[in-house]
Amino acid sequence: MHQLWVSLSVTPLLWLVVTLGAYLIGVALRRAAGDTPLVNPVLVAIALVGGLLLVTGTPYATYFSGAKFIHFLLGPATVALAIPLADNIHHVRRSLVEMGAALLVGCLVSMLSGIGFVLLLGGPAQVALSMAPKAVTTPIAMAVASEIGGLPALTAVLAILGGIIAAVLGESLLRATGVRDWRAHGLAAGLAGSGIAAAQVAGRDPLAAAFSALGIGLNGLLTALAAPAAVALLHRLHWLGM
Amino acid sequence: MIESLFVILLFQLIGEIAHSVLDLPVPGPVIGMFLLAGALVIRRSRAGAAGREAATPAELDSVARSLVRHMGLLFVPAGVGVVAMAGLLRAAWLPIAVGLVGSTLLGLLATGWVMHALLAARAARAR
Repeated sequence: MHQLWVSLSVTPLLWLVVTLGAYLIGVALRRAAGDTPLVNPVLVAIALVGGLLLVTGTPYATYFSGAKFIHFLLGPATVALAIPLADNIHHVRRSLVEMGAALLVGCLVSMLSGIGFVLLLGGPAQVALSMAPKAVTTPIAMAVASEIGGLPALTAVLAILGGIIAAVLGESLLRATGVRDWRAHGLAAGLAGSGIAAAQVAGRDPLAAAFSALGIGLNGLLTALAAPAAVALLHRLHWLGM
Repeated sequence: MIESLFVILLFQLIGEIAHSVLDLPVPGPVIGMFLLAGALVIRRSRAGAAGREAATPAELDSVARSLVRHMGLLFVPAGVGVVAMAGLLRAAWLPIAVGLVGSTLLGLLATGWVMHALLAARAARAR
């Protein structure tokens, strides 16, 4: 038995099956809970796989050497976001100025407040830099994090948790402050909570779905451009203490 | 299916090459995403009044849709990395928790408010 585990645990096959199985359990749990945004299949799968690694004493590197084949698909999935983006291009043209201004403000507030909160509460600079791009869809966030000196794995976890927070609280908070326009709801969900929050508003209204796709794509571009510049400025001001 | 995968991977490759050759701060897949979106929009405008469906190949559309729909699964291997960072999370839990909740909600509200106010202002001008 032990011999079998030792030989299987170094093959990609075991970890691919474990990852897919854990995710399917997460999907089944969400369905059983009535499709509530409170049960997130990604979070369930991470907890299950993480728990298994801890129980079996398997190093993360061993797991990732198998699971990297799933991880690789994040790149193509990011490229695939081009299709919803191209489909909604007429919405961009119609409210270009409004959307650009809202994106710029939201992107800067999200990035700088993330860095600010962490540094003000005494967190390490590397954590602050991992927090900065976490609003963006995870593959972009991870790439930006490694570009600016954060920890991509931490950013991935923060992006997923941030997406859940935005999905659960976003709509009611915006509504409580008088925002009723679905275009604003969609854009805000896509910008701050990427795929997870976008999936939530997409179920509420088709116009919100279109603008959440734009929020994801355009904030991805904006953050990828603005984060390295903002971090270079913070370094120059010696606010990151590195 | 193979043709669509080829197109998607090709644009990712072009993005990666542009990223390293031009030393751009934007990640390769993001460059690929915007190049492909641009190519699709140009293709569509060439197709003219024939409609949007005619311009985006149906097969590319369905491959892209299934990739995006199951994007959650693709986050799992990276997310499991949290077990390798348990020490860091425990050591800095307060700045991480406050930074995560605070910046997510501030970013969301700022975007929603600005968009709402500007759209309302435009509607008022039109009236």
